[in-house]
Amino acid sequence: MKTLASILRHLLIGGLFGVGLVLSDMINPARVTGFHDVTGAWDPTLLFVMGGALLVSIPLHQLILKRPRHKIPETIKQSRKLRPDRQLIVGAILFGIGWGLSGVCPGPAIAQLANPQSETFVFLLSVIGGQYLSPILAGIFK
Amino acid sequence: MLEPAHINGAMGGALIGLSAALYLALSGGIAGISGLLRSLTYFPKPGKKLLSALFFLLGLIGGAWAYQELRGTASITYAFPSDWLIPAGILVGAGTSLGSGCTSGHGICGISRFSPRSLIATATFVATAILTVFIVRTLGSA
Repeated sequence: MKTLASILRHLLIGGLFGVGLVLSDMINPARVTGFHDVTGAWDPTLLFVMGGALLVSIPLHQLILKRPRHKIPETIKQSRKLRPDRQLIVGAILFGIGWGLSGVCPGPAIAQLANPQSETFVFLLSVIGGQYLSPILAGIFK
Repeated sequence: MLEPAHINGAMGGALIGLSAALYLALSGGIAGISGLLRSLTYFPKPGKKLLSALFFLLGLIGGAWAYQELRGTASITYAFPSDWLIPAGILVGAGTSLGSGCTSGHGICGISRFSPRSLIATATFVATAILTVFIVRTLGSA
């Protein structure tokens, strides 16, 4: 992160993510809720998004993780061996409830900042508030 | 059967997957948006990780902005009342902190590393979101 080139690479790679969120329409909460609403007018678009992402991401991740040239921190390599614990499950449940109630997860919320509505700020500030509440929950669900 | 939204979804997903893999190769980090946001908003510590997250997320906003400038502003609509965004956001912030990830971190990066924890987390938050919307719809029509 010392050089301008590195900054530009980060901006560009982040840019791909942002274009992907708009192109896939995952930026639109109603589209995401359409996927969650399995007994309503179910919208499978999110499955196509995950499918497209994993089709590209799985082979590339496997390739990158196998190449010693890349300095991948041991914590990331070892995380595959970690077992699921209570915090992981409780966290995923809480996130799932919030995602269901809003149709918004962190990536789309940040992409919305490109053309923000007041809802964008309300949601993101609430997310940050939730981050600061998390140590209390971590204490409960040790 | 295959609609334009599905094709756009798969293509947008592919860009997201490519971005996540390039971020791993470039920064040795996980392109999980909840984690990147958290490194900026939850007791931020100056350093390389913070700058990586900052420029990646600025790029994400820039990509979402540029694409909408070219192809028209994305419509942002919510299936549920906007008052719900506050509790939903708090749950998303707390849940992703406790569970160490969201749709991108667990759903794309984690599954691409074949991490059992991420697979379990993803199954849990997707199932919880679907159940949440089902309960809301059921109570709403009662």
